Amino acid sequence: MMHFRFTEGAIDTQSARRELQTSSAGGYVSFEGWVRDLNEGQEVTRLEYEAFQELAVKEGDRIVAEALRRYPIKHALCIHRVGSLSVGDMAVWVGVSSAHRGEAFDACRFIIDEVKHRVPIWKKEHYRSGDSGWVNCERCAAAPQHAEHAEHADHHHHRAAVPNPTEPV
Amino acid sequence: MSEFPSPVYGLILAGGSSRRMRLDKAALKYQGKTQLDRAFELAGRHVMNVFVSVRADQTLDPTRAQRPMIVDSVAGEGPIAGIRSALAAHPKVAWLVLACDLPYLSDAALDFLLRRRDAAALATAYTSAHDGLPEPLCAIWEPSAAAALADYQAGGGHCPRKFLIRHGARLLEPQDTRALDNVNTPEEYRQAVATLDKAPMQLKIQYYALMREQAGRSEETLETSSSTPAGLYEELVARYGFTLSRDQLKVAVNSEFSDWSRKLKVGDAVVFIPPVAGG
Repeated sequence: MMHFRFTEGAIDTQSARRELQTSSAGGYVSFEGWVRDLNEGQEVTRLEYEAFQELAVKEGDRIVAEALRRYPIKHALCIHRVGSLSVGDMAVWVGVSSAHRGEAFDACRFIIDEVKHRVPIWKKEHYRSGDSGWVNCERCAAAPQHAEHAEHADHHHHRAAVPNPTEPV
Repeated sequence: MSEFPSPVYGLILAGGSSRRMRLDKAALKYQGKTQLDRAFELAGRHVMNVFVSVRADQTLDPTRAQRPMIVDSVAGEGPIAGIRSALAAHPKVAWLVLACDLPYLSDAALDFLLRRRDAAALATAYTSAHDGLPEPLCAIWEPSAAAALADYQAGGGHCPRKFLIRHGARLLEPQDTRALDNVNTPEEYRQAVATLDKAPMQLKIQYYALMREQAGRSEETLETSSSTPAGLYEELVARYGFTLSRDQLKVAVNSEFSDWSRKLKVGDAVVFIPPVAGG
């Protein structure tokens, strides 16, 4: 079973959610990543996502398979969008079903964190100023990257369909 | 004669076992690949279908078993049996026949042969750079050769070179005199391995995101003499002025993450992965 896929259109969370349903699951946690209008002080109008899809689906699938091994959950799935997105659009969706809520929250966070760090997906921000730039690539091209950078360049409000412990309110 | 020349399929002759090498020439490796695989890939870039010619007792051989086969269906051994079996299996097809001991054979040599093909002759063949005689095992054999080959064999003939001399073929002088050098001894094999390891090889490179913009393209096939992704990246930085340093990147070969020091093989697909930003 493939646990990770791309879509060029809007992510259909209702049908994705149904793929996780099973009679032994007592609940489900999901995470949605949205395009935010501001990043590092610049007003963002649009984002372009692109992926090295052949490798990305393999790596994404490995991440979800790891989550299924690490946490006693029932099902998990991640869907990532590619193409041109506007402010407010959903760029990524992660869903996890399990018998109890604790491991569903943990696995959901594990998956989104790993996806952001490991899966070959890139985004280009277009700013109100007319400028644009590849996130994590341009500003640090001169200096070696440090761990904090990924967090600074992070794009989304971390919102979850149910209260999510990853929310950095 | 029909108005259009017959389509050309590829036939890799890998039936013989080498007495001098005491090894299966098809299984010898160059640049990390067996010669059978190299010959298939090479021919496959020029013709639609490629088959390996085998004797009936070789159909389970692991080097050959994964490839489409033409099993010898006519009596007798040697290349003529292989060529006749192919002509019998597809009577309306001409065959680009290649021996399995030509490690230096290049795209340019096949391209030239196919473009100079004379479909009205029994065959189109290169002449040897050493003795000027036809090279029957790097040649295009036309459907019209089938009957003449049957007669020749029935008369006791077994040498495809003598057949071409006697019946006439469209002959081409090789442009690269080394392209048809074959490997018959362990020493020649060692030499070929050493030469090909230094030779430029073709790789496919795909570019994404910032690197796609800086290279001005999303993919390309290029000749390189770099043998590792690390060396290749240096070469490409010099060409395109990539701003990312190597320690900011990961690299994938054939759609899987790879080491920077992995030895690259002909035809490998390489992707440099800038810092990712999913989510």
